Amino acid sequence: MSLLEITDLTVLFGQKLVVDGVSFALGQGERLGMIGESGSGKSLTALAAIGLLPEEASVTGSVKLDGHELLGESDRALAKIRGERIAMVFQEPLTALNPLMRIGKQLAEPLRLHRGLSSKAARAMAIELANRVGLPDPDRIVRAYPHQLSGGQRQRVGIAIALACEPLVLIADEPTTALDVTVQAEILALLRDLVDQQGASLLFITHDLAVLASVVSRLVVLAEGKLVEETDIAALGHGEHDPHTSALVRAARAAAFPELGGTDA
Amino acid sequence: MPDLLVADNLNRSFPLPRRTLFGGAARRHAVRDASFVLPEGGRLGIVGESGSGKSTLLRLLLALDRPDSGTVRFRDREVRAGKAHALHWLRREVQVVFQDPRGSLDPRMTVREIIAEPLECLAIKENHRARIAEVLAGVGLEPDAATRYPHQFSGGQRQRIAIARALAPRPSVLVGDEPFSALDASVRERIIELVADLASRLNLSLILVSHDIGVVHRLCDQLLVLRDGEIVEQGRSATVLRAPTHPYTRELLAAVPRLPDDIV
Repeated sequence: MSLLEITDLTVLFGQKLVVDGVSFALGQGERLGMIGESGSGKSLTALAAIGLLPEEASVTGSVKLDGHELLGESDRALAKIRGERIAMVFQEPLTALNPLMRIGKQLAEPLRLHRGLSSKAARAMAIELANRVGLPDPDRIVRAYPHQLSGGQRQRVGIAIALACEPLVLIADEPTTALDVTVQAEILALLRDLVDQQGASLLFITHDLAVLASVVSRLVVLAEGKLVEETDIAALGHGEHDPHTSALVRAARAAAFPELGGTDA
Repeated sequence: MPDLLVADNLNRSFPLPRRTLFGGAARRHAVRDASFVLPEGGRLGIVGESGSGKSTLLRLLLALDRPDSGTVRFRDREVRAGKAHALHWLRREVQVVFQDPRGSLDPRMTVREIIAEPLECLAIKENHRARIAEVLAGVGLEPDAATRYPHQFSGGQRQRIAIARALAPRPSVLVGDEPFSALDASVRERIIELVADLASRLNLSLILVSHDIGVVHRLCDQLLVLRDGEIVEQGRSATVLRAPTHPYTRELLAAVPRLPDDIV
């Protein structure tokens, strides 16, 4: 039984079709990749799944979370579900975090909102969360503001906030694109570990096939608003594929890196 | 090969905010004892992560900033930050392409005006119209691109415009400051191929600054790895990649995401 089931999702901005009949499903505990170039509709699909599309967008189709239809839900009902049952990690943690609020308060916010934690209990949980995502010196870092943290630390905070209420589904939209390569490796490992520990399902969005392959084993390919292919990573090396998929594989191959100690360097 | 660019013992530090009112201000060493040589026609990749000092080093090389000590020499002439006209000789030789073409192309200028600007500023005596048409064709854009504005182009096309502008004064060195990192994977590939092709056709030297060792090694025959302002490793790309000597270089290489074997 799939946990997140998107059927014939279509998003229009005025006359402009930006997501065109996208359907896919995400199973319990599964990690699914979504890949496509800028403008392919991948971020809008994610925003539709979590009910965060701008008001001027008109949406049709169906988004079911654990059997419950989310499209057409009231803002109030969606606000209850978001953060509690489905959560999101964004690309740029500096814009996703509130610059005027201390880290601890932002970490604890989902718990206070959804679980009604007292502010004292929330403070203790904030330190616990900071610890869980490997932030250094948690007692001190909960009193810091976002600008005082490095990019990698900010993304750890973003992940901690998203996972605070142990959601069923986590959507990560290019969570490492803004990070250095060594930090990226750490954040990807953290995401994999936490998602596994909590048994959450993960929808991982990126334009980078090598990054995707390190997190998921199955992926959907989006191009010009359409889902053009659903395939296993392992199947990408051979067989017939959609031209968009082949182009992504070609680009990734050209960028592929010689193995350490290899002779072809 | 004669030396094109020689950096000798460059140092640059910046004051940190004072901790106490009367305490001395500590300084952060953004570049420390950096020395290297770029031979004529050489292709140098400068690799480092955020805060490694790569942008500061680049600013010193381009005479946009002065070192605390040390020198930069280009064709045996000292490069010193100073008045714009005193640097025209350097700007004719060394041109830059920046990371984000949206930020580096003036939205109110047509592509023709954008490409004409360095020709005019550097008082280059040549038929500007013909030269503009020539560089546009060189980067794979249609002639009618000249009359359009930057926002009418895609990200990859905008980066082509930035490359055309850099090439207009016929420089001998093309410098790229993360020129590919704002681009999508497949567009990035085409721009990398374009730069490789232009470099060999025009016999350009390259200096590429990037956090992505995977991109740099494909275009550059020499690598320089920066960490916390220090050059921790330098040498031929192939050698550095095959047998990195510094632990940090190994860490950088290990962190690059790789495709599974069955796809490669």
